[in-house]
Amino acid sequence: MKEKLHQLKQKYEGKKMAPAFNALHTFLYTPNETTHSGAHVRGADDLKRTMNTVILALVPCLIFGMFNAGYQQYSAINGFPENFSLFDDFLTWSNFLVGLTTILPLVIVSYGIGLGIEFLFAVIKGHEVEEGYLVTGMLVPLIIPVDTPLWMLAIAVAFGVIIGKEVFGGTGMNILNPALTIRAFLFFAYPTWMSGDKVWVHGAKAGLTQAGSTDAISGETVLGALAQGSSHLSFSVSDMFYGFIPGSVGETSKILILLGALFLIFSKIASWRIIVSGVLGSLAMGLIFNGIVDAGWLPTYSKFYTLMSFPYWQHLLVGGLAFGIVFMATDPVTGSQTNRGKWIYGFLIGFMSVMIRVFNPGYPEGVFLAILLMNVFAPTIDHYVVRGNIKKRLRRLKTATIYPQASDEVDSLKTETA
Amino acid sequence: MALLSKKDSKLVLDPLADNNPITIQVLGICSALAITAELKAAVVMALSVLFVLSMGNVAISLLRNIIPSKIRIIVQLVVVAALVIIVDQVLKAFAYELSKTLSVFVGLIITNCIIMGRFEAFALGNGPKKAFLDGIGNALGYGIILVIVGFFRELLGSGTLFGFKVLGDPVTKTGLYSIGYENNGFMIIPPAALIVLGIIIWVQRSKNRALIEEA
Repeated sequence: MKEKLHQLKQKYEGKKMAPAFNALHTFLYTPNETTHSGAHVRGADDLKRTMNTVILALVPCLIFGMFNAGYQQYSAINGFPENFSLFDDFLTWSNFLVGLTTILPLVIVSYGIGLGIEFLFAVIKGHEVEEGYLVTGMLVPLIIPVDTPLWMLAIAVAFGVIIGKEVFGGTGMNILNPALTIRAFLFFAYPTWMSGDKVWVHGAKAGLTQAGSTDAISGETVLGALAQGSSHLSFSVSDMFYGFIPGSVGETSKILILLGALFLIFSKIASWRIIVSGVLGSLAMGLIFNGIVDAGWLPTYSKFYTLMSFPYWQHLLVGGLAFGIVFMATDPVTGSQTNRGKWIYGFLIGFMSVMIRVFNPGYPEGVFLAILLMNVFAPTIDHYVVRGNIKKRLRRLKTATIYPQASDEVDSLKTETA
Repeated sequence: MALLSKKDSKLVLDPLADNNPITIQVLGICSALAITAELKAAVVMALSVLFVLSMGNVAISLLRNIIPSKIRIIVQLVVVAALVIIVDQVLKAFAYELSKTLSVFVGLIITNCIIMGRFEAFALGNGPKKAFLDGIGNALGYGIILVIVGFFRELLGSGTLFGFKVLGDPVTKTGLYSIGYENNGFMIIPPAALIVLGIIIWVQRSKNRALIEEA
């Protein structure tokens, strides 16, 4: 098989479809060409390995999302089980089947359209297909509601990949995170499918009714309920932590996200600085809001009251904040590159996510907007961090005693950094 | 064209594509973003600019030898302002609803960079006939882009063209809407115009590679 592919590759050499073929070829096997001259170190952690590691970290969230889709639908129809048992109520085949039939099409459309466009651009431009879409294609189904119509997803994916990535030059050149661009597009284009109490449970929009009554089912996210001003939540904190709550497909289970985060940190794929500072940022903003409420500056009839009085640490347990910080903010292309920049970048993402979440009048969530905003500012942050370092070194140079030709060095350094 | 010499027809045709005021010179973006959510508004805006720019160009061209160069900007502004007020009043008299949609943007034609740009760059140095043709050409080049952007934004954003429901009725679910199609709310908001405009520029430059600037 491998030999045959190598032979086929020789045949296609220089043809128009060569990049498309090579992409499939190298997806399965190491290429048969290696550098011949000089000494080279071959790192095992190439782009493909990086991407696959992230996907591996995402798979638990996806599987959980499938079970949860079925569980949420079942509970919306029949009421939440009184004595919840993990194996009898949640990890059942019928739940999984509901999830599989609703979520698998999302995954297929996301990968099909996205990779199709990547191949198309590779063939047109004559460069090799890059693996960048592998993670995006997995992230997209996880950050949208279960019932997102497939054609909407297809349009959004096409938009995100072309406008968000290819026009800037493809993988590694994009300013904005493509998965979030896709979500932002969906959010602004089809808001009725992305928010409200009808989109988080499969079948609610289609008019499924509760068992033994004609009331249509619905399911509100915790944040949605808070934004409506209901301080009495139907979900406990442990529900939120384990993820038995309505929400976008993969964002609900905080424990699996935490596991994914640890996995990514220990495999050194994701930056722990961004994750930690993101968490700190959101806690800081949450504390400020709690403080305002505690100080009595906010009247109880204010429409922000319930969201602002929501315990600061619980912000991490609801919505997509944890998922966003772990899997989206840590995107190495669109995030900050310098270590100090990563602290600032992550902190501001967490800080602004909670702020937007509370003050956004139309939709009580802000993680994707905060990350997109910080994507735009990431190069600026890096720029000032680098400038700061240069200045510090120049200052150090002034007081330092340098033995050979001190004056020349200062001048040449100055011209270099000017 | 027998009516116009080669040079003159170039004045009209050049700004339509290869020297388009919006896609090549990137002027007048403001109004292109603001009023292209509906095709009707885009067409009226294009016509208003056509009137103001062609008449203004002629007026400035006629006055070009007697305007002291120190106060030429003020004179230009007076001319544009006069013409814009005429357009504004005509719209208010005969198309009141439309003038409300266009609201402040008719008045803002005064500050449209395309107009001042043509006055400065062309009308001050050429005769009235040439200036008139240049005004027509640039206004049409502006208008064409406005109409293209407006066409896509209204069709995808509201499912209508000039207010006609070409894709069916979203409320009673006829036409495309009966199979689950929905309007794209993104197209209604101004950033969409920027993206549509970007795509037009992309298409234009990949067709005519001579337009791509050196990086």
